Amino acid sequence: MKLRKNVAVSEAGLLFNPVTGESFSVNPIGIEILNLIREEKDPEQIGRIILNKYTTDQATFEKDYYDFIGILEHHNLLESHEETKA
Amino acid sequence: MKKRKLNIAVTGLNAIDSPGPGVSVIRALREASSFDVNITGLSYESLEPGIYMHDLVDRTYSIPYPAAGIDTLLARLEYIHEKEKLDVIIPNFDAELYPFIKLEPKLKAMGIHMFLPTLHQFEERHKVNLNDFGRKYNISVPKSKVIYDLNTVHSLPSEFSFPMIVKGKFYDASIAYSIEQVKSYFNKISAKWGLPIIIQEFIHGTEFNVTGLGDGKGNTIAAVPMRKQYITDKGKAWGGISISDEKMLDMTRKFLKNTKWRGGFELELMKNKDGELYLLEINPRLPAWIYLAVGVGQNIPEALVNLALGEKVTPFATYDVGKMFIRYAWDMIVDREEFEQISIYGEL
Repeated sequence: MKLRKNVAVSEAGLLFNPVTGESFSVNPIGIEILNLIREEKDPEQIGRIILNKYTTDQATFEKDYYDFIGILEHHNLLESHEETKA
Repeated sequence: MKKRKLNIAVTGLNAIDSPGPGVSVIRALREASSFDVNITGLSYESLEPGIYMHDLVDRTYSIPYPAAGIDTLLARLEYIHEKEKLDVIIPNFDAELYPFIKLEPKLKAMGIHMFLPTLHQFEERHKVNLNDFGRKYNISVPKSKVIYDLNTVHSLPSEFSFPMIVKGKFYDASIAYSIEQVKSYFNKISAKWGLPIIIQEFIHGTEFNVTGLGDGKGNTIAAVPMRKQYITDKGKAWGGISISDEKMLDMTRKFLKNTKWRGGFELELMKNKDGELYLLEINPRLPAWIYLAVGVGQNIPEALVNLALGEKVTPFATYDVGKMFIRYAWDMIVDREEFEQISIYGEL
């Protein structure tokens, strides 16, 4: 899964989709996860990094992570499977 | 190098809650790199704020409403031209475009240039002709129907589902959720803007606008798409952001290429949840938010003036994406004498 190339992420956590003009604010862990997605880490790698760094468990991480991914997908911020293949 | 100075007259000085584009157009002209300007404001009402913005408008003359007739307008423009030696006029209201288009040859003979759509382009893009326009140019438009009579309202539910949009021929649009509301908006809008009324299918989605400039030969001189971020209860953008949607730009280029549009314009678009674009309306003039285009690198009013003067204009190739405009209201303090001057003598 990849964040759309043209989506801008500021250090302060503002996402801007230049195609739709929509902006979203993301909390610090959200930015961290977005940066890991940009580095093309897979969900298992992201999970390991977050679990090593923060006091949480695998089940909570997975629930929150996939909720977050769902929101990104809902707002069309991730590349579709076809786009990723291309 | 000293820049040439142009005398440009601009209408649409009503920078109110449903603002005319004049003040934004003048700001753009004041920032033009290819000329300096003397600005003559042309006003219809004594309380149009632009009249009193002396840092933007050098002098203002009242002009008659279009209903007074073309000859009355021409006589007034001749008088103003005698005083101000106008080079260019930029009309900014839909309702005044017809008389200005009709007067274009006469004004040109007087040495006054404009860059307006042709009468055919102006009529063809009219809201009442939107269905035909969409079919002719293969552009998706919402289904619409023109009605002249309140009695025909009862048959609408067989053709449209609720909600539906009730639109005036020039301005105003309301969303109706019942026949009673359709009737009420029909009466309200027709009392203000006359008949016909346009009933339009309601498209659920997000509103976008594109402003730009066509050279009359099918070329795109400028195009800037914008997403409305803050919309007033009159449906006007009070804040917006420039975006880079290729589909919108393609639709704009297609519109300009196929119609050979001449002049400034604003496309009102709706994008539904499947990403399909619908053209809701074509405004045949620059929009009130035109200063955003200047802010992102396309001084469209400047390019329009140069085209009006018959000069070659290089199309804009880029613009900044993600720049916002945020409109604000500002109370000016005005001496009563100024108000009297424009009200009684029609000049300030």
